[in-house]
Amino acid sequence: MKELDITELERKFQEKIDNEIRIEPNDWMPDAYRKTLIRQISQHAHSEVVGMLPEGNWITRAPNLRRKAVLLAKVQDEAGHGLYLYSAVETLGADREETIDDLHTGKAKYSSIFNYPTLTWADMGAIGWLVDGAAIMNQVPLCRCSYGPYARAMVRVCKEESFHQRQGFEIMTKLAQGTPEQKAMAQDALNRFWWPALMMFGPNDADSPHTAQSMKWKIKRHTNDELRQQFVDITVPQAEMIGLTVPDPDLKWNAETGHYEFGEINWDEFWQVVSGNGPCNKDRVDARRKAKEDGSWVREAANAYAEKRKARKAS
Amino acid sequence: MTKKEWPLWEVFIRSKQGLNHKHVGSLRAADEVMAIENARDVYTRRSEGVSIWVVESKNIFASDPSDADALFEPANSKVYRHPTFYDVPDGIEHM
Ligand SMILES: [Fe+2]
Ligand SMILES: [Fe+2]
Repeated sequence: MKELDITELERKFQEKIDNEIRIEPNDWMPDAYRKTLIRQISQHAHSEVVGMLPEGNWITRAPNLRRKAVLLAKVQDEAGHGLYLYSAVETLGADREETIDDLHTGKAKYSSIFNYPTLTWADMGAIGWLVDGAAIMNQVPLCRCSYGPYARAMVRVCKEESFHQRQGFEIMTKLAQGTPEQKAMAQDALNRFWWPALMMFGPNDADSPHTAQSMKWKIKRHTNDELRQQFVDITVPQAEMIGLTVPDPDLKWNAETGHYEFGEINWDEFWQVVSGNGPCNKDRVDARRKAKEDGSWVREAANAYAEKRKARKAS
Repeated sequence: MTKKEWPLWEVFIRSKQGLNHKHVGSLRAADEVMAIENARDVYTRRSEGVSIWVVESKNIFASDPSDADALFEPANSKVYRHPTFYDVPDGIEHM
């Protein structure tokens, strides 16, 4: 009897999804759907928060006040994105503190791109242009995700992202038009971030066993390879336009398909970085853990102050 | 070390004078003063609002989604609540 109930609930659930009816927090949903979302949204949240670290590295060394104000605003946006997403995870019944601790213990993952170091100012350009560009490509379809709170968070995020990419592209353009040294710096940043940016879309479809289920649930609307191709098609002409060279000897335009063909991604590197052996994995998680520990007295003090105010009001 | 998390707050923003407050999301804060400060930083960085309400999430009571049919279905049969239900003779104006 109980089994039958679940089958019927699952059928109704899938029917809603098929009819593009959004799922809201208190609606019945299969456990696996809930678990998939908790994993995906919390990873996304962690990526926003860890993503502040490589850029935060350059705030105090921005070349002028305008660039500094812009970078500061961008990094602040990323903090906000993290917050929208942690809130969305909470609507699924996950505990916020545990979610964050999962990042700190290494149980939860985040986007592997943030495990690469930011060596020069040009990296701020490459990150805005390529990393935020790839993030936008991933996030725009998520605005139509079947889970309401995630979709709504993505609408806010996407509105804010477009300036992130533009400010990065502006940095790259300026450097590419500058002295030979500045242009070389921009090219070097592109060389280092191009392939990790392509890896942001995740493994090839053939090696991505959860894609089919996620697409059936309309959490995902496009496969990893589709999005990656779209990113390459859009980004290559932008690089050409500012006189930079995409570091891929196999890259070529295919007039028949209307797409660029590109070289094989180094998946060994990808899996190494995902499993904790990237250049900065340890630094990133250490920095987050330290931030939590160093801030704990502030959180406690705020609680104590709130209690005191409440008591004063009551008397 | 205390493990007490800051409570969860729902945030409502009036985007401009004359419009009602609309739910935009939630956040955690120690009290209502901090909730408003945080809501300002998180939800109004691009002139999205002129006024903020915060309500502690535990004070919100919601209808049960499984009651939706019983609650909202009866309205569907009462088409006479809409002006389009009525025939107005040709030539009648201002109605
Ligand atoms: Fe972001
Ligand atoms: Fe961004």
